[in-house]
Amino acid sequence: MNIATPIRERALAKVHVKTVTLAHGGGGKAMKDLIDDVFVRAFDNPALAPLEDQARFDLADLARRGDRLAFTTDSYVVDPLFFPGGDIGRLAVCGTVNDLAVGGAKPLFLSCAAIIEEGVAIDLLRRVSASMAQAASEAGVVIVTGDTKVVHKGACDKLFLTTSGVGVIREGLDLGSHTARPGDVVLVNGLLGDHGAAILCARGDMALESPIESDCAPLNGLIETLLATTPGVRCMRDATRGGVATVLNEIAAASQVSIEIDEAATPIREEVKAFSEILGLDPLYLANEGKIVIVAPADEAETALAALRSHPLGADAQVIGQVGAGEAGRVTMRTVFGGRRIVDMLVGEQLPRIC
Amino acid sequence: MKYVDEFRDRDKAKILVTEIDALVATMDIPDDRPLQIMEVCGGHTHSIFRYGVEGMLPKEIELVHGPGCPVCVLPMGRVDDCVSIAERPDVIFTTFGDAMRVPGSKKSLLQAKADGADVRMVYSPMDALAIARANPEREVVFFGLGFETTMPSTALTILQAEAEGTSNFSVFCNHITIVPTIKAILDSPDLQLDGFLGPGHVSMVIGAAPYEFIADHYKKPMVVAGFEPLDILQSIWMVLKQIKEGRAEVENQYARIVPYEGNEAALGAVARVYELREHFEWRGLGSIDHSGVRLRENYAGFDAERKFAVPNVRIADPSACQCGEVLKGVIKPWQCKVFGTACTPEQPLGALMVSSEGACAAYFQYGGQKRDRQMAAAP
Repeated sequence: MNIATPIRERALAKVHVKTVTLAHGGGGKAMKDLIDDVFVRAFDNPALAPLEDQARFDLADLARRGDRLAFTTDSYVVDPLFFPGGDIGRLAVCGTVNDLAVGGAKPLFLSCAAIIEEGVAIDLLRRVSASMAQAASEAGVVIVTGDTKVVHKGACDKLFLTTSGVGVIREGLDLGSHTARPGDVVLVNGLLGDHGAAILCARGDMALESPIESDCAPLNGLIETLLATTPGVRCMRDATRGGVATVLNEIAAASQVSIEIDEAATPIREEVKAFSEILGLDPLYLANEGKIVIVAPADEAETALAALRSHPLGADAQVIGQVGAGEAGRVTMRTVFGGRRIVDMLVGEQLPRIC
Repeated sequence: MKYVDEFRDRDKAKILVTEIDALVATMDIPDDRPLQIMEVCGGHTHSIFRYGVEGMLPKEIELVHGPGCPVCVLPMGRVDDCVSIAERPDVIFTTFGDAMRVPGSKKSLLQAKADGADVRMVYSPMDALAIARANPEREVVFFGLGFETTMPSTALTILQAEAEGTSNFSVFCNHITIVPTIKAILDSPDLQLDGFLGPGHVSMVIGAAPYEFIADHYKKPMVVAGFEPLDILQSIWMVLKQIKEGRAEVENQYARIVPYEGNEAALGAVARVYELREHFEWRGLGSIDHSGVRLRENYAGFDAERKFAVPNVRIADPSACQCGEVLKGVIKPWQCKVFGTACTPEQPLGALMVSSEGACAAYFQYGGQKRDRQMAAAP
């Protein structure tokens, strides 16, 4: 990438206090020190280094990679900030990278805005920004611009992050959730519900200990591998909040088709099954942060499956169902028991049942 | 999952369905009057829908989804009382998750929380007691809710609070008891039920003996059933077998969990802490004599109803609501005038649309609005 603005050579400032105060949001030296020490130091890259009010991109360079830009944004307010398998920083990078990648875009640039509650430890911010840098490096993206705000105690919960992302879609690739057709197959790239279960366990208010880790990961590499061998892929969605059930409903509604999945073929970790069983939750609605739902033509099912399984983040990939010509928008599941039930959209949050 | 997957075995299910079909074929059941079997417990309703059990049954059998969802039958007035306690600035109000969404006349606990009340979801009353210990300057109230299944754990928590001297803990007691409720259903003039699946979890506490009146007095078969889909199919077969042979008995399919005489320790704690109320109000069913419990005088210090003044206003069920008729099996959920229109899981009008264990919500979520048997049956 060509950067028009020359990189300003300068030493990065240091923060010498232990916690964030309102002074760090005041726009003065304290704020500059915080940004320098915590964020710029971790994200260091040529596009960020000039610290202008905006990052600048070479259009000709982008045009060589594709013919459309993809642009997305997402906010992250996860509690707790650190959980088995990830943290808010890793989540903020992977979530936005995945939102770009499922549209067929190659993710390139991210922004990062942080809303920080006064009193948060500087070291906590350092850990989060290091984790963001690590995730960005795994995904092959750079964080090119950002913002920090500090708010009064109680005005936010420790740390909220917002990342936006820009990617480029190559010519000829046009994925859309309205394009699923009867006869197509539905695939997922691995075990479902890990992130939702890991977060619920990590909150610690149900006194359940489990080895479940969040699946939080950047999926652009996996998706690139898939698209390289499976040109017919109709659409992909990352199954975050609301889980696989919600994504399937969205695809069925957008494409005006029915979808039927097979419970026996749906990959869910034993621990997640047991966890859901105890709490009366349905793992189909648990959040994922490294899982996508893919719709592909039936004659490319095997190719797609092989491509997914060839990648470490798709080792447990499965064909979980088919698109049908039944009632438009209807998602059903053949249960392990031999029955059949409707898999509807969730009304609100999944609440544990009383007994 | 060991000890769970065995009870969800597809091949065994096929054998049971074949047996049920064979039994039904010998029974001469008229087309316009299928056999109605009520599963009393919301846990059964949930399993029936989750595994698509209903669609596997022959058309001669109809399952009627009974009143055993404690969240659903909670009347609006009691929710208003909860909200009133929860909105006191000195109170931390603790509740099971699915009670958060139950509508009161003005708001649910979820809305009260959004408006600033300190409402916290817990998984056990002991968690609420722990919150009380950690917040000695606040009053911690636990929303005691449920049939005999959850009654003992609330009682034991009160005994624990007494033993350790935690005085800032109290219970808003809405526990209800199953037997008078089944009796009220059996006494209703429009009753059409032919048999019952008995509530497994309740029976784990009270045993199977208290149901004998159903067989003796009302001459209806009752089979105490487990919650896995094979348990349910087997229990249905057992009810059918009784009908076929002209028997009316209390049988125990869930013998791996339910002792005939119940759980002595749990019943002891229940008897020590609670006494029967004269009557208790149910959503959809109205007032039922001796169907609720309150804390005994000895535990008045742990009784939120005595500790805090509550409005205690009786709010009538919406007039369009036909929950009572659904509960008694007179109509099916989708035959209700407001099902899926004025009454949806987003905006529940009636009790049965509230929790995922409520018959209407279960149909709405797992069965859809357009209902026909073929839809639910796997080809």
